Amino acid sequence: MATVSMTVNGNAVAADVEPDTLLVDYIREHIGLTGTHVGCDTSQCGSCCVMLDGDSIKSCTMLAVQAEGAEVTTIEGVADNGEFHPMQQAFHDNHALQCGFCTPGMVISAIDLAAKNPDIDEAGVRRGLEGNLCRCTGYHNIVKAVLAGAQAMKG
Amino acid sequence: MTEHGIGVSVKRKEDRRFLTGNGNYTDDINRPGQTYAYFLRSQVAHAEINGVDTSAAEQADGVLAVFTGADLAADEVGGIPCGWGLTFQNGDPMIEPAHPALAQGKVRHVGDAIAVVVAETRKQAKAAAQLIEADLNQLPAVVDMKKAIEGGTLVHDEAAENTCYDWAIGEKADVDAAFDEADHVTSIDIVNNRLIPNAIEPRVALAEYEAASGDYTLYTTTQNPHVIRLLMGAFVLQIPEHKLKIVAPDVGGGFGSKIFHYAEEAVLTWAAAKVGRPIKWTAERSESFMTDAHGRDHVTHAELALDKEGKFLGLRVRTLANMGSYLSSFAPAIPTYLHATLLAGVYTTPLIYANIRAVFTNTVPVDAYRGAGRPEASYLLERIVSKAAREMGIDQVEIRRKNFIPSDAFPYQTPVALQYDSGDYEATLSAALEAADVDGFAERKEAAARDGKLRGLGYSTYIEACGVAPSAVAGALGARAGLYESAVVRVHPTGSVTVFTGSHSHGQSHETTFAQLVSEQLGVDFEAVDIVHGDTSKIQFGMGTYGSRSLAVGGEAILRAANKIVDKGRKIAAHILEASEADIEFADGSYTVKGTDKAMAFGEVALAAYVPHNYPHETLEPGLEESAFYDPLNFTFPGGCHVCEVDVDPDTGVVDVVNFTAVDDVGRVINPMIVEGQVHGGVTQGIGQALMENAVYDENGQLLSGSYMDYTMPRADDVPSYHVSTEETLCAHNSLGVKGVGEVGAIGSTPAVINAVVDALAEKGVTDVPLPASPQNVWRALQEAGA
Ligand code: FES
Ligand code: FES
Repeated sequence: MATVSMTVNGNAVAADVEPDTLLVDYIREHIGLTGTHVGCDTSQCGSCCVMLDGDSIKSCTMLAVQAEGAEVTTIEGVADNGEFHPMQQAFHDNHALQCGFCTPGMVISAIDLAAKNPDIDEAGVRRGLEGNLCRCTGYHNIVKAVLAGAQAMKG
Repeated sequence: MTEHGIGVSVKRKEDRRFLTGNGNYTDDINRPGQTYAYFLRSQVAHAEINGVDTSAAEQADGVLAVFTGADLAADEVGGIPCGWGLTFQNGDPMIEPAHPALAQGKVRHVGDAIAVVVAETRKQAKAAAQLIEADLNQLPAVVDMKKAIEGGTLVHDEAAENTCYDWAIGEKADVDAAFDEADHVTSIDIVNNRLIPNAIEPRVALAEYEAASGDYTLYTTTQNPHVIRLLMGAFVLQIPEHKLKIVAPDVGGGFGSKIFHYAEEAVLTWAAAKVGRPIKWTAERSESFMTDAHGRDHVTHAELALDKEGKFLGLRVRTLANMGSYLSSFAPAIPTYLHATLLAGVYTTPLIYANIRAVFTNTVPVDAYRGAGRPEASYLLERIVSKAAREMGIDQVEIRRKNFIPSDAFPYQTPVALQYDSGDYEATLSAALEAADVDGFAERKEAAARDGKLRGLGYSTYIEACGVAPSAVAGALGARAGLYESAVVRVHPTGSVTVFTGSHSHGQSHETTFAQLVSEQLGVDFEAVDIVHGDTSKIQFGMGTYGSRSLAVGGEAILRAANKIVDKGRKIAAHILEASEADIEFADGSYTVKGTDKAMAFGEVALAAYVPHNYPHETLEPGLEESAFYDPLNFTFPGGCHVCEVDVDPDTGVVDVVNFTAVDDVGRVINPMIVEGQVHGGVTQGIGQALMENAVYDENGQLLSGSYMDYTMPRADDVPSYHVSTEETLCAHNSLGVKGVGEVGAIGSTPAVINAVVDALAEKGVTDVPLPASPQNVWRALQEAGA
């Protein structure tokens, strides 16, 4: 067992975990934040994306111990006091989610993509979301939402 | 039209919890004292089990129990049942082999469960499973259907030539005669590729038993909790309904794969009582690949007879349909009643004969996947029609128009059992031609050619049978359950409303669409209506969601219950307003005495029903809650036209979908935003089938495409943005006029894409491209044509 501490959504957290515990299991099972999802076992689906020190990463592809001391933002930490983040709002306005299972990872990836590429176009969004699978929406409305969200994030 | 009424793109009620990480999916649920299950699965496709030694696993750290098929047999646990019985042509019943929840005697596909370990942690369960010694005597695997029906190795001893049934529809002699008279016959061989549904949420089950009360609870990722309760309770575990609660909370997509009752659900529920603690199982994705029911997998030879004008005279179809190793819940119905009966399509073909032979193989069971049988039908029809047009030198649009069922011919009886109630195929076709700018295609093709690309245009004019289904019809065809839907509308004393529906939403947006319906019908605020689904202890009954039935069947049930509320309210209002019932009008949430200004708001009537001081007690019960069961008189028949434009790179074989237009007639549209979203998703799955998805087994029955690294899922950069719109003809037999939209995208799109690819390659002498039109398959077709 190893004690792993980090900051999740602005809160200091710590848990005793086996050294081979994945970050996503640490978040879901030890911290109890179940908004981050697991959709695969080969780092292909992106359902598990969280922000780690300012980058969107696949939390199934990292050990919790590797995130020791990191700043993590999960989907639960994206809204501000109940106010949607502009990207969440854009997903809502554009019907960019159906079953909602891919959504947390999509939103995290989209925020990262838009923050780093404020003038992104459709082709850029489609390339940028290549690591996130959605089986429901056909991506059409997700792409629309990310373009709208990117505009809104520019303020 | 009110702000949240029928026809408005109301934003979804369900979004907030999903967007903030507050969804409640099965794997998010944890119960006190919870343990974890891990299934030891066969790594070979076919073997006799000589013995399973679990002693070392039982001693491993944290292990509470290990169970095998022998333990289930000793406890007289039943096999996993099939919900649909078919017959051979001579009337003999189909072969229905036992499907033990944990293998007994033999394993029959890679992934077949041999044993289950229950331990304190997931990791301990998994580690202990590696200590189980399964002594297997490997047998040759049956994989290829054409070889399977030659006999030799049998998947089940009782199924000679590995045949489950050999079934036919139509008068063969009459159809043969039409072929004798024909001026032209087009034939085609099609392999409709096997697909893996791949809802992004893997299957999960969490079972719990309370010894004191004898109550069982199963949380599970299902599209139809009551169906699971019925199948598992009555047929597998003999638990009566009132002692078995099934909860399907938020479910992350289904696409058919979460309709069926799976072995893990029964094993966990049974084991929870044995172990005396809750048990959770979460599929790893690689387990999903080898245990979720797969879809499609037909091998078909079809022939179309035409006169010299291009009118269809007859259609003859022979299909081998893969059942996999065991019969999944609804597998036998898919290639027959949801495929062969659709072979008239949108055309007046007077004579149709189809012979369907269902085949056992050492592969994962095959069952419904988005569209279920209907995509296979539309694919073969639209391919053969396009091929016939090309062979006869008839324009692709012209040949379709020539054979359309005209819009004044409804109700239209097809030669393959169905009676279509409404439609206007010319309307969707011409709208699609315009939206796709077909007139500008030649110019775009020239421009593409200058870039070295081959551009092609493909059409599909399709129909489907949805709103599954009239119980009497389904029953006559072998269904072992009814297919109605139920609803309870509960109006609370202050006028807010809770609706309990047997439909289940796993992405379909019922919480929004159904609330729109009720809000419009009762004239109450959209925000004052909540929809409850997915819990057998709360919902009276339900047959669940599949076959695009939620609105056409479930929505109609809600509407009927709401109408009963309106009627009861009218009686209350008449009493209080001292008027005759016939003089009371209800509109916009208010009861008015005709021709006066005497009125009562709906909320006041609700309060009067619960505070019945001034109330017609002699004739009316207090309270305001009504229920309805609705069993439709017919299927609904959505249809439409999809037009696809592709660029093919002749050097690499890469196909790029550059334009995709879908004009669908799904009947009345309640929420256009949601309808379009359903089409986008379906079209993408159809493009996936057309261009990339493919479940591949080697000759030993190993699943080669068993992960996202080998099974190509459509990603955002594989597809374009779409042009989606609707044309409306109303369903004639439900009061909403709705037809259903869940499957149209997947049914109409695949043939349009492949027709476009064939069109692009035609100038190089290519006449056919296999599914999926992957770069390799396209490149190979070009090489074989000598291009
Ligand atoms: S769970 Fe699929 S990429 Fe992490
Ligand atoms: S919304 Fe269901 S997987 Fe994306």
